[in-house]
Amino acid sequence: MKNDLAVAAVRVIIKLGPQPRLDLGNVIKQIYPKICDPKTGSQSDVPFWKTAQFRLCGEDSALKCQQCDKQAAFHITDLTGDGVSAVHLCPSCAKGYLQPEDETQEDSPETADLVSLLSKQLKIGQTAEQLAKLDQKVCPVCGITFLEFRKQGRLGCPHDYDFFAEELEPLIVNIHGETAHCGKSPANPAAGDKSIFQLIRLRREMNEAAENEDYEVASKLRDEIKALEGKK
Amino acid sequence: MMNIDHLQGQIGQWLKGIGPESDIVISSRIRLARNLAGYPFIRRCNDIDRANIEAAIREKVSQIDSFDNISYLNVASMNDVDRQFLVERQLISRELADGQGARAVAIEPNEHFSVMVNEEDHMRIQVMRSGLDLDGAWKHMDRLDGLLDSNLCYAFHETHGYLTACPTNVGTGMRVSVMLHLPALVLTGQIEKVFRSLQKINLAVRGLYGEGSQAMGDFYQISNQITLGKSEQELIAQVADVIPVLIDYERRARGFLLQENENELQKQVDSALDTLQQTAEISSEETMYLLSKVRMGINMQLISALEIPTINKLFIHTQPAHLQKLQGSPMDTAERNSARADYLQSQLKFPGHGGPDFPGLDQ
Repeated sequence: MKNDLAVAAVRVIIKLGPQPRLDLGNVIKQIYPKICDPKTGSQSDVPFWKTAQFRLCGEDSALKCQQCDKQAAFHITDLTGDGVSAVHLCPSCAKGYLQPEDETQEDSPETADLVSLLSKQLKIGQTAEQLAKLDQKVCPVCGITFLEFRKQGRLGCPHDYDFFAEELEPLIVNIHGETAHCGKSPANPAAGDKSIFQLIRLRREMNEAAENEDYEVASKLRDEIKALEGKK
Repeated sequence: MMNIDHLQGQIGQWLKGIGPESDIVISSRIRLARNLAGYPFIRRCNDIDRANIEAAIREKVSQIDSFDNISYLNVASMNDVDRQFLVERQLISRELADGQGARAVAIEPNEHFSVMVNEEDHMRIQVMRSGLDLDGAWKHMDRLDGLLDSNLCYAFHETHGYLTACPTNVGTGMRVSVMLHLPALVLTGQIEKVFRSLQKINLAVRGLYGEGSQAMGDFYQISNQITLGKSEQELIAQVADVIPVLIDYERRARGFLLQENENELQKQVDSALDTLQQTAEISSEETMYLLSKVRMGINMQLISALEIPTINKLFIHTQPAHLQKLQGSPMDTAERNSARADYLQSQLKFPGHGGPDFPGLDQ
């Protein structure tokens, strides 16, 4: 238990407002009895949770955001092994507090949008178990897992559009409102030929064989690739 | 064949301030995303795959007869200033500049088009036109795509169309964008309202350097959000239809500003030009801000001694990599701020004259 206290962190977020309030002190007491013990937890004379509870119950309606002076709407308490911090914030400051800038994705806003759209969509009608199973699904051609796609918002190869068709379709409808292309198509008749996608798998296997110094397999694969390429 | 240093002495055709509505519309652009069928998308590529894709595209590009004058530049082996230089000119994206492994760009000498190799997709083909000319841009693009298509095997799906690494680009793989200069809508505080209404009809608004960039110098790019389910012509029309409305709003806002307080506006514009002509050092952001005022001033006949192409050029040529190429050596921020002021002075000193490195512009 001692180790647990040192590494674990708990964040309690309470929305302030007309709805019945949680007794924050009790919530925390239940989660971390040890932290609430003045001997091992808070070092001040007044246990921290009593202060928090007092603020919540006593000054709630007049509570101002600690960052901008607007009316506070959230009370956020962080418990870590090192101690406790509690803040009350308005909705926009709370958003920034809960998602500090350095934690935001490096990806472009469009990627971030796509990733969040996808995760929202997947949460509908999927149990955690189903989701975990889906995340493990691997494209046999390029080797990308669904989890990787979900995190990056980028597919691994053309075959993914077929392999993950069921998962992608609602996403595509969400983005474009349609699933069927009706613009120009390539003049090159080989372009629609899906056997070409197999080149991707063969190339991957060839690279792997070469890495494992299995040159016999690698050269066999190279011949297969050449034969397929010749068909283009 | 042209190299990067050659580009430095010129401005791209798309910046020349010619073409319809060029007081407000800076440029029209169309880009297509294309992938080769036999390779994984870029994020699943190892170094060998990337090198193979780059080599395959380079080989095919070199076989196209009408591409004799095209410069094929190796972005991977370029130094940082050169990469940044191409980003500032909008010939490559930040993503390509900052990317990894084999990557390249093919550039038409007048900067009418460029083809990025191994960006987010294997190929990003873009065509640029000065002013509002989406039809001209599309005709050029269709031809270009056809030339590349007959030599390469694109990843294509009977239902979803051209396949792209990101599902937001699937279908046509096409992004149509028109860059507008909207200083009066910004000054009158109406710009947010305009953008909200554009978003409702599925159009995206971005800054000068695209995705995620700030709207520097009051430049805004309007582009289509969706790429699937509509033909290329329909997608172009979707953007093209709204542009005259935006132009009309901007013109009305300019009229309103003149009517309300012409003296104040004249003062602002003159003071912007004075600062640009006399300052001893100036940041890139402030330069953009002031140039925007001057550009508006010229278009509203509040400044008569300068021409639009000169100002268009300065927006690009006062940026960090352009200044360093001009100087011929790397400079830190303070050195650049001083060099930028010197350059502005030299370009704005004799109003109406574009400067020695800018031949043929007067036509």
